[in-house]
Amino acid sequence: MSGAAMEAGRTLAMGQDEAVGGGRQSVEAPFGRALARLGKSRPDIVGLTADLGKYTDILPFRDAFPERFFNVGMAEQNLVAVAAGLARTGKVPFATTYGVFATRRAYDFVAIALAHSNLDVKIVAGLPGLTTGYGGTHQAIEDLALMRMIPGLTIIDPCDATEIEAATEAIAEHRGPVYMRLLRGSVPVVFEPGYRFEIGKARRLREGSDVGIISTGFMTERALDAADALRKLGISAGVLHVPTIKPFDAKAVTEFSASVDRIVTAENHVVVGGLASLVVETLFDAGIAKKVTRIGLPDRYIECGAVPTLQAKYGLTTEAIVAKIAALS
Amino acid sequence: MLRNSPPGTADIGALERKATQLRRHMLTMARGQGQGYIGQGLGIADALAALYFHELRYDPHNLDWSDRDRFLLSTGHYSIALWAALAEAGILPIEELVTYGADNSRLEMSTLDTTPGVEMIGGSLGHGLGQGVGQALGLRVDKSDARVFVELSDGEMQEGSTWEAAMSASHFKLDGLVALIDCNGIQADGPVVLDMEPVADKWRAFGWETFEINGNDMTAIVGVLADARNSNGKPKAIVLRTLPGKGVPRIETSEKSHFFRIDVAQWDGIIAEFDKTVGAAQ
Repeated sequence: MSGAAMEAGRTLAMGQDEAVGGGRQSVEAPFGRALARLGKSRPDIVGLTADLGKYTDILPFRDAFPERFFNVGMAEQNLVAVAAGLARTGKVPFATTYGVFATRRAYDFVAIALAHSNLDVKIVAGLPGLTTGYGGTHQAIEDLALMRMIPGLTIIDPCDATEIEAATEAIAEHRGPVYMRLLRGSVPVVFEPGYRFEIGKARRLREGSDVGIISTGFMTERALDAADALRKLGISAGVLHVPTIKPFDAKAVTEFSASVDRIVTAENHVVVGGLASLVVETLFDAGIAKKVTRIGLPDRYIECGAVPTLQAKYGLTTEAIVAKIAALS
Repeated sequence: MLRNSPPGTADIGALERKATQLRRHMLTMARGQGQGYIGQGLGIADALAALYFHELRYDPHNLDWSDRDRFLLSTGHYSIALWAALAEAGILPIEELVTYGADNSRLEMSTLDTTPGVEMIGGSLGHGLGQGVGQALGLRVDKSDARVFVELSDGEMQEGSTWEAAMSASHFKLDGLVALIDCNGIQADGPVVLDMEPVADKWRAFGWETFEINGNDMTAIVGVLADARNSNGKPKAIVLRTLPGKGVPRIETSEKSHFFRIDVAQWDGIIAEFDKTVGAAQ
C-alpha cells in the first residue's frame, strides 16, 4: 500500500491532530497494512466497518479485498451482529469502529452475540482514551473497564506501530473474540526490531529498583522516556509493559512489583477499572502490600480541545510521569 | 437424509399432521415444568413444520454441513417450538423433550447454541436479523446457494437493531435471506404495547420483498415459501399473522398467553382436550 493511495482514502476526522507523535519515526496505518498483508494468506479474514473505514485505517484491506469487505453504515449493534453471523460461517471478521461505539453502544452484542459463543471476531477500536479532542462522546476513556467484565474476551492495548502489526497477526491466529485498541494514522515506532508480542504476556523493558512503572498502550512510550529522564535525576525506574489487559499477566506483574520499592501505573484510561485496578487486585491476591500511584485519566468526562493540550492537562505525558514520580521520593 | 422438497410437492395434510405433532410435544414439555412460552410456540408451529419438513435443506446427521440452510430463532423464548421441531427432525431425542426447562437440561426456556441444531443464542431480542445478514454474507463469500431464515417477532421489531439489520440486508441485496415475522400481537407487558402497524409496509419501505399471510394456514405458508425462493436481489420478509395458543382453545383465549403457568392437573385437562379435538379432526 503506497502512502499516496492511503491518503486518497483517508482523512482525519474533523480537523483533529494525530493522537500520537513526538519526534519518533512512524508508520502509516500499521493495522490496515498488517491486515491487508494477512488477507493474502488468510482467505477466511473479512473486514467490516460502520461508516468509519477512513478513520480506522482499514482501507488498505478494503482496497486489496473488496469482495471481503462490508461497510454496514452507522449501526454498531449491527456491525457486531453481522460479524457474529460471518464468524458462524467460518470467517474471521475484523470489525472496526470507534471504541466508544463498540463498547457503550454495542455492549450487549459483544457480550451475547460474540463472547457468550466464543466467536472468532476481532473488534478493532479507534480513539482509545484521550486520543481525540472531540470530547466525551468520542473518547473511549472507560472501554478497558467495560470490556474486562465480559467473560472470555481478550483485550489488547498496543503501544506502537510495531506492536500493532504484531498484535494484528497474533489475534488473527488466536481463536476467540478480541477487543483491540487502535492507534491510527501515523503511529510512532517505539520498540526495537525484534520486539516480540505474545497475547497475555507482559514485557520488562527497563530494569530499575526505586520505582516500577507498569504501563499499557501508548503510555509505555511515555514511561520509557520518563525512565530515561528519571535516571538523570538519580532515580532508578523500571518499566513493565502490559499490552494484554485480559488475560492479565499476573505473574509478571507480581514479580516485577516485588523487585521495586514503589509501584506506579500508567494508562490512557480512567484510573477506575482499568490497568490500575488490575494491578491492585493482582498485588492484593499475591499478598504484596505496596503503595500504588495511579497515573491515568480522572473519574470524569474530558472536554473538547487539542489532544496535546488535553494530554498535558490530564497528566498523560512524559513530563507528568517524571514530575509525579520525582515528587514521590 | 437431506430435507428440501422441490416447490409444488408439498403434502399439505402431512405437514399439518407434523404441526399437530409439534403442538403435542410442546404441551408435554410445558406440563413438565408447569409453565412455558406455550402461546408463542403453538402459534408458530405451522411455520416450523413447513420449514423443517418441507423447505429447509439440512442433514440431521451432519449439522455442520456448510451448505445447509440456516434457521435462526431470534426469539429465544420460543425454544419450546424449536425443541419440538428438532426432535421431530431427528436432531434431538424425542424422549428428551420432557426435560424442557428442568435443571441441567439442554432444552432451556431460552435457546443457547450449545444444543444441537441451534444456530445462535436467542433471547436478547434484536440479535437475530443482524446475525442472519452476517451468515448470508458469509455464504455469499463462499459462493454457497444455502439460504438463511430468521424468525423474529412483532414485539422484537421495537428493538432498533432490527432495523439496522433490515437496512443492511437490502443494501447488500441478500435475496437468500428470509425473515419470518411472527405477528401474534402479544408482548411481555400485554397485547400490543407499542403499535407496530402497518408491519408489511415497514419492511417494504426498507427494501424487502414482502409477503403477508395467515401464519396458521399451511397451504398459504408453503405457497409463500415457494414465492420467497425467487432471486430478485431483495431479501424476503414474510409477515405471519398467527394466533397465540393456536390449536388449544383454553390457551388461545387466555389473556396471559405471553407466559403460561398453571398446575399439572390443568395441563392434563388441556392435553386431554387437545387430543380429543385433534382426534376428531384427523
